[in-house]
Amino acid sequence: MTDITPSIRQTVEETELPRRLKERVLDTVEDRDGVTAAEVREIADAVESRYIETRVDPLDPVGTVSAQSIGEPGTQMTMNTFHYAGVAEMDVTQGLPRLIELVDARKTPDTPVMHVFLEDEYGEEREKAHEVVWKIEATKILALGDISTNVADMVVRIDLNEDTLQERWPLMDDTTEIAGEIAETIEGSLGVQVTQQGTVLEFGPSEPSYRELLQLVEQLRDIVFKGIEDVSRVVIRREETDKGEEFVLYTEGSAYKKALNIEGVDASRTTCNNIHEVHKTLGIEAAREAIIDETMATLEEQGLGDVNIRHLMLVADIMTNDGTIQSIGRHGISGSKDSVLARAAFEVTVSHLLDAAIYGERDDLDGVIENVIVGKPVRLGTGDVNLRMGTTKSD
Amino acid sequence: MSTGHSPMEIGEISFGLMNPEEYRDMSATKVITADTYDDDGFPIDMGLMDPRLGVIDPGLECKTCGQRSGSCNGHFGHIELAAPVIHVGFAKLIRRLLRGTCRECARLLLTEEEKEQYREDLDRTRSLREDVSDVTKAAIREARKKDHCPHCGEVQYDVKHEKPTTYYEVQQVLASDYSERIAASMQPDPDEEGSGMSPQEVAEETDIDISRVNEILSGEFRPRRDDREAIEAALGADLTTEDMNKLMPSDIRDWFEDVPGEDLSVLGIDPDRSRPEWMILTVLPVPPVTARPSITLDNGQRSEDDLTHKLVDIIRINQRFMENREAGAPQLIIEDLWELLQYHVTTFMDNEISGTPPARHRSGRPLKTLSQRLKGKEGRFRGSLSGKRVNFSARTVISPDPTLSLNEVGVPDRVATEMTQTMVVNEQNVERARRYVQNGPEGHPGANYVTRPDGRRVRVTEKVCEELAERVEPGWEVQRHLIDGDIIIFNRQPSLHRMSIMAHEVVVMPYKTFRLNTVVCPPYNADFDGDEMNMHALQNEEARAEARVLMRVQEQILSPRFGENIIGAIQDHISGTYLLTNANPTFNETQASDLLRQTRINELPEPAGMTDGEPYWEGRQLFSELLPDDLTLEFTGTVGEPVVIEDGQLLEGTIAEDEIGGFGGEIVDTIAKVHGKTRARIFINEVAALAMRSIMHFGFSIGIDDETVSTEARERIDEAIQSAYDRVQELIETYENGDLESLPGRTVDETLEMKIMQTLGKARDSAGDVAAENFDEDNPAVVMADSGARGSMLNLTQMAGCVGQQAVRGERINRGYEDRTLSHFEPNDLSSEAHGFVENSYTSGLTPKEFFFHAMGGREGLVDTAVRTSKSGYLQRRLINALSELETQYDGTVRDTSDTIVQFEFGEDGTSPVEVSSSEDNDIDVEGIADRVIEAEFETEDEKEAFLSVQEPPTNLSEHGASWEVESDD
Repeated sequence: MTDITPSIRQTVEETELPRRLKERVLDTVEDRDGVTAAEVREIADAVESRYIETRVDPLDPVGTVSAQSIGEPGTQMTMNTFHYAGVAEMDVTQGLPRLIELVDARKTPDTPVMHVFLEDEYGEEREKAHEVVWKIEATKILALGDISTNVADMVVRIDLNEDTLQERWPLMDDTTEIAGEIAETIEGSLGVQVTQQGTVLEFGPSEPSYRELLQLVEQLRDIVFKGIEDVSRVVIRREETDKGEEFVLYTEGSAYKKALNIEGVDASRTTCNNIHEVHKTLGIEAAREAIIDETMATLEEQGLGDVNIRHLMLVADIMTNDGTIQSIGRHGISGSKDSVLARAAFEVTVSHLLDAAIYGERDDLDGVIENVIVGKPVRLGTGDVNLRMGTTKSD
Repeated sequence: MSTGHSPMEIGEISFGLMNPEEYRDMSATKVITADTYDDDGFPIDMGLMDPRLGVIDPGLECKTCGQRSGSCNGHFGHIELAAPVIHVGFAKLIRRLLRGTCRECARLLLTEEEKEQYREDLDRTRSLREDVSDVTKAAIREARKKDHCPHCGEVQYDVKHEKPTTYYEVQQVLASDYSERIAASMQPDPDEEGSGMSPQEVAEETDIDISRVNEILSGEFRPRRDDREAIEAALGADLTTEDMNKLMPSDIRDWFEDVPGEDLSVLGIDPDRSRPEWMILTVLPVPPVTARPSITLDNGQRSEDDLTHKLVDIIRINQRFMENREAGAPQLIIEDLWELLQYHVTTFMDNEISGTPPARHRSGRPLKTLSQRLKGKEGRFRGSLSGKRVNFSARTVISPDPTLSLNEVGVPDRVATEMTQTMVVNEQNVERARRYVQNGPEGHPGANYVTRPDGRRVRVTEKVCEELAERVEPGWEVQRHLIDGDIIIFNRQPSLHRMSIMAHEVVVMPYKTFRLNTVVCPPYNADFDGDEMNMHALQNEEARAEARVLMRVQEQILSPRFGENIIGAIQDHISGTYLLTNANPTFNETQASDLLRQTRINELPEPAGMTDGEPYWEGRQLFSELLPDDLTLEFTGTVGEPVVIEDGQLLEGTIAEDEIGGFGGEIVDTIAKVHGKTRARIFINEVAALAMRSIMHFGFSIGIDDETVSTEARERIDEAIQSAYDRVQELIETYENGDLESLPGRTVDETLEMKIMQTLGKARDSAGDVAAENFDEDNPAVVMADSGARGSMLNLTQMAGCVGQQAVRGERINRGYEDRTLSHFEPNDLSSEAHGFVENSYTSGLTPKEFFFHAMGGREGLVDTAVRTSKSGYLQRRLINALSELETQYDGTVRDTSDTIVQFEFGEDGTSPVEVSSSEDNDIDVEGIADRVIEAEFETEDEKEAFLSVQEPPTNLSEHGASWEVESDD
């Protein structure tokens, strides 16, 4: 054991190491016997040199490098939508279309899905897990029973399936009671009088009208009796996770905020592939994380998981830089650049120039594209260094 | 610049509208004649080709600036328009201003408080660098809601905009049939109860005198606005029609002239720079002739530029307009001409306005006018300004040359004699410079130009070279040819990543192609099936130094995408080292020396042993000769067995793709990171050389017999396929009986398809397994697949066993005719052969039906690739555009060029993606370092120093250090 004297601490603190490495150096020194001050200095120096060797160089154009590192593998990705990793029952957009969707920051993805993890016993017991499933999956009338329309009496008759009722309302025992609840929902949303006989429900339009009767049936089909409207299907699977083997839910359709509030859902692990929903629910930092995770997952699925995650971080950081999610392209980052020339050179050239004239804009020629256009050296990378050979001898 | 002072630099560009007075001032001449040239072919004065507008014909002098074609940039002229016309680009803004300002006093229809609020909004948006157009649009929307001007109280009317450039003021006026309408609405409604309204009731309801009501009803009195509105309210009737009052551009101009500057600033418009009335043109600038040069065709005819054509149209109409107006033509004709003038000016600016027929050339081709010149990929911005053409560049076909180092490129002599490097002559190199000049422009290490100290440039020709050489003195500049060791930039499109543009050292060679070492194919994504590449000779010392230090191939061995080496052995190199090390064969002295003959190794190591009194060497031992002496590594290799390297000796394991290949070959990666880029370059070069020798020693070829399986195996394959067929048949039967259970969330049809696909997939795999069993370890296809050199076991399966199910859109083939894929099958045949299962192998050959299905699958692949390249190209462009301005700073932050911080530390830990592979955390071995320091096992003080400090291996050493001497051709 070596005591960490203030002078040793001082030596370590003087290095350019980041916090975590300073701590590690100190810990290492503390664990060993009789380390002299000179040795500490040497250890610190050696660690510092290793650290500096792996650091990015100042004035490295990391943006371009990251853009290339994501764009280049794009040429190797497939266009097709394939099945979700492992879950053969679900189709999820993957490959290049998904990557484009992510950097476009679309309001809703092509195939919104959630990956719902469950808390404690909900994840362990199938019954409990199913309870959560029925709270998430939207239950519509077709799943509950048979509908028949009696044109002669102008009545819609719903024959509810008792087993299904029992299954979907596991906390209620009496099927008649459940049927009653369903009847109430129908009354509430269609504004009709429902007569109930056991598990058989009947209702019709207030005035006999064939058109109205058919319309009622149409509307009936859309009523959500239980669960979240946006989630059309939930697949339950037993999977090996960090917590051991447990039940995990995959949903088709997403409603992140609602899902997180459901009892039994583990909000700390549940994810959603709609970055805007994540943003609204958990904030911009979570959205940034979601962008990184989703792009990484897309690349990994295509066998391009070797792409350095730091590149994805940079893309996510610039997309979320102003506190909102900006897309990469004309409507987002490229369209909101300061420079008129840079915007004009990207897309919709003429209207940018005309607008610039009206608003009396100035182009300070700071960026890359502007300087290429006017034929000046770009202020980036080696162009950002102003070293000149001295005129006097220094000998 | 010949004057000697340094050229000026553009500091800032400001945008704004131009005052018509400014146009007139800068104009070199007024243009009044639509004709261009007279009968003698001379430009007409005050015509569109007036010599004061600049010169395009060589030899002529510009009448404005006196310069000649090439140095005169041209001068603007102007056309005085007979009547004002609207600038199409601002049509929307004009509409907004018309709607937002008062028709009487032209002030913005907002109260002072509202103005103040929008001004604040605007300032805030500006300071946040957000889009101001949202605020200005909101301000206009607010202003438009006002019926009356808050300043002068004038009633405001809606302004209708008819695209592209017509505006109407819409006023509600009393319809001509007002009395009928009132009467009609006073009648009782037959469907509803009530008896209608009597005139008395109307009078009571509206507070209008009963007699007046009767007068109105009889049509004798036109009710005024208040009365009309009262009657409308009482009867629920509409008594008005819309009256469209056309706003002529001159009216709009007058209107805008009165808009106060203070109100404009609320809308984000800078009144000093852009007055709204300038959006309505009274003077049209005529671009200089240099911007619209005419071309002389072979038959001597002149062909004018599209812009000139358009200007001719404008001048013609303009003149007709003036003549007609002076002659006092009726208003209708004047308006027609005005519209025509507007049309021509509109299409002069933009010929792709929707709703307007584009102006066409005589041949029917739409004219390319101003907007079209700027827009799009080939437009001025993207095509001419962002992408520039350069001198000192060359392009030709590439071909391989394994004798070159990976840093080198073979440059054809005819390219080398054309591309030059500037050589400043001094006392040290004057002899060399003279020799270059002496060799002339044709002889290889020659020169093309010399520049005398007074700045005169003299071309070196065969005739004068001898004489010129004697006159070369220190202080001259010589444009010498490229010689071995010069650094150039080499590029292959598409330049998807930074390794697509790398610096190489020149090796001048005969023949006409660029030659590359094959190991640089992966970074360029090049092959030799006709690929061409570009070369750029660097023209100043900074560029050359930068290229040598940062861009040389060896500096690019590690890819920043995944932090491992991208350059490494490929294809035959891998087969070669696999053969050399897998079974660890032995070689006699001659053979061993032959294997190592192209490397730096001049002496064989100690032999591994003796057989029959002859010493022998092992493959692994020979490979080890290439490794750095202090390399120690242990990992699981390509073939799944451990690879053990200790102190530069390969003790165990096979050297194949994961060891020395590109894209993360462990040994190459380690050498590049630990021993430096130069050592890695040497290693890769030598591995390639050794592997080529090795593969030549063993011999490596592939033929049709290598993919033919024995009869016994063939039978087993057929059996496997047959049993799969049986199972598919069973599935179909269960399905047809309605007994098939569907998978959750799938229909029965989908379930059947999935199950059939699975079964047939398994069938192909088992056919592959049988085939694989059948082949020996030394089968060349197996060697290639095992070593990772090329191909996979799947390829082998398809060649020898069974090609398998063909798929379109991830499903079996289900398209073609109604209920069947081909007319050879019964309708609704679900069997595997009817949906594209190919049971034959490529060696046995496909049946016509199979071939057709196979082509379907193949076609989908082609289409996919075509779509993908365009999509991913656009994605790449957007990403680059969005991120191109980000750069790490000295303080470790990542900022853009306007100093906005994007990351406080790149990638959260500031680690370079080049140095650290994405698969590992950047953990520094603190423990190990401490052990080493404390135990102090350093032999020398220098070694300790090296261990403690940052290692900066020299990077910019030329491989041609010694050969920089000029040799004459003869």
